[in-house]
Amino acid sequence: MSGGHASGRVVIVGAGQAAASCIAALREADATRPIVLIGEEMSLPYQRPPLSKSCLTEGAAADGLLIRPASWYDGVDLRLGCRVEEISRRDGRVVLGTGERLAYDQLLLCTGSRARRLAGEAGGDLDGVHSLRSLADAARLQGELLPGRRMLVVGGGYIGLEVAAAARSRGLSVLLVEAGPRVLGRVACAATAEHFRNLHSARGVEIRESTSLHRLTGTDRVRRAILSDGSEHEVDVVVVGIGGLANDGLAARAGLETANGIVVDAHCRTGDPDVLAAGDCASFPLDGRHVRLESVQNACDQGEIAAATLSGKPRAYAPVPWFWSDQYETKLQIVGIGEGHDSIVVRPGKRDGAKSIWYFRGDDLLAVDAINDPASYMVGRRLLTAGLRPDRRDVANVAFPLASILPPRG
Amino acid sequence: MPLITWRGADGTEIGAQVVPGTNLMKAAVAAGVPGIHGDCGGALACATCHVVAPGDWADRLGRPGVMEDEMLDMVEGERTPTSRLSCQIIAEDDLDGLVLAVPEAAR
Ligand SMILES: Cc1cc2nc3c(=O)[nH]c(=O)nc-3n(C[C@H](O)[C@H](O)[C@H](O)COP(=O)(O)OP(=O)(O)OC[C@H]3O[C@@H](n4cnc5c(N)ncnc54)[C@H](O)[C@@H]3O)c2cc1C
Ligand code: FES
Repeated sequence: MSGGHASGRVVIVGAGQAAASCIAALREADATRPIVLIGEEMSLPYQRPPLSKSCLTEGAAADGLLIRPASWYDGVDLRLGCRVEEISRRDGRVVLGTGERLAYDQLLLCTGSRARRLAGEAGGDLDGVHSLRSLADAARLQGELLPGRRMLVVGGGYIGLEVAAAARSRGLSVLLVEAGPRVLGRVACAATAEHFRNLHSARGVEIRESTSLHRLTGTDRVRRAILSDGSEHEVDVVVVGIGGLANDGLAARAGLETANGIVVDAHCRTGDPDVLAAGDCASFPLDGRHVRLESVQNACDQGEIAAATLSGKPRAYAPVPWFWSDQYETKLQIVGIGEGHDSIVVRPGKRDGAKSIWYFRGDDLLAVDAINDPASYMVGRRLLTAGLRPDRRDVANVAFPLASILPPRG
Repeated sequence: MPLITWRGADGTEIGAQVVPGTNLMKAAVAAGVPGIHGDCGGALACATCHVVAPGDWADRLGRPGVMEDEMLDMVEGERTPTSRLSCQIIAEDDLDGLVLAVPEAAR
């Protein structure tokens, strides 16, 4: 097998955001390409971001979350509610939970990531303890958001903060603990974290940083939380948002290289030319290191990169990552990756309540966090895409039009 | 149900009857319109749903909101006076016959 079957049968494992994006691009390249889509969940690919946002505050019909309607998949061999248990690379087959063996010419793994769970000894298996990854998780949690209840959120990342915001607007009291020195510690700088800490405090969320959950107790259902500072709290609902783990076990068992994700090159190829990976499950090269991103942008764009490789027209993946988070009426838009910055510049926004935080390493712009400030987000995105380095003084000066340093469009 | 048509940069047209209340990014993605990705699902984060309305439709479509307006200022393909992010346009019966131009793909 050479990896050059630009018309062969593509089997995609994992029916999520990356898979949907790949299918769209594969069909644009060749409308007759045989495609099999195998997904463990019963649903067609759907959007996960609303699960921690509008689904909790407003509820959401599953249909409204579908990335494409059922009719769009006409011609795709759909195997939903079906788990792939093994990959047999020797004979080019995947083995389903039913025992069925399905042949592939090329295989794309889009198995996503799963929530890191709280250990059973710490009370992670008690009723009323939730994590949030799937539609089913969101439906269960939404049913628990009753006014007056006391919620504990474990973990101050985006999902934890979004759930806290949703719970407050549904009338619950919320205590959020973050083991690290500050919320958003792994993903944002201190200035952005402070903005969101203040926002949540103003809305009545109690945030305790440098505090971890020691243990949850209760007989069947969770009743109390014991924190690392020794305090004890009565709780009705607990949401655990302590990060995600790549679903890379299937690949590892098949002898493919994994290291915090399935290791791929810039074309989404694993060490086996007939096996690719894309989305949350993949670890790819970016600026001289390997990274794994859990974002819609990455899933969509890598899905297309994988399709290009599968169609025999490989393109290298060189993303300017973007992400967003909605909390209360605040919209955070992020472009770039701020990790490794050595300075930040705050740019006041043109409107009340708008501002942006610009991350630099030396003179290089790394990332922008825009708070209710789409104009700065978009200009930052174009500067990063063009590889330009705005002067820090210009960034700090709201009167300076940053767009003026962009090359003319064309 | 209003009939909405999308015209690609190469002149090809795709039309669809759209259920009132649906946003026009979702409608385009459902109809498989090339160039409309709608990656962020309508969260005003991606701008991959940019369309250009005919000049005489601007009034019926209404003005973009503040956030949408700021995004449009900096979209990849040039902004025109009738540019919109289609995830922010909700189908209503009075949009029947609307023809939207899809600028060169912005991703
Ligand atoms: C609550 C929540 C909020 C989020 N908010 C945002 C946001 O605001 N902005 C943003 O950019 N991103 C957000 N994300 C992240 C974004 O949704 C993911 O990055 C994206 O869905 C990844 O797409 P994917 O295709 O890689 O994986 P997924 O969409 O997760 O799909 C993977 C699928 O593979 C299936 N699968 C796994 N193993 C197997 C197997 N062996 N056999 C068959 N099927 C299998 C899984 O069941 C799953 O359905 C959020 C995620 C969550 C959970
Ligand atoms: S769909 Fe992302 S901005 Fe419209």
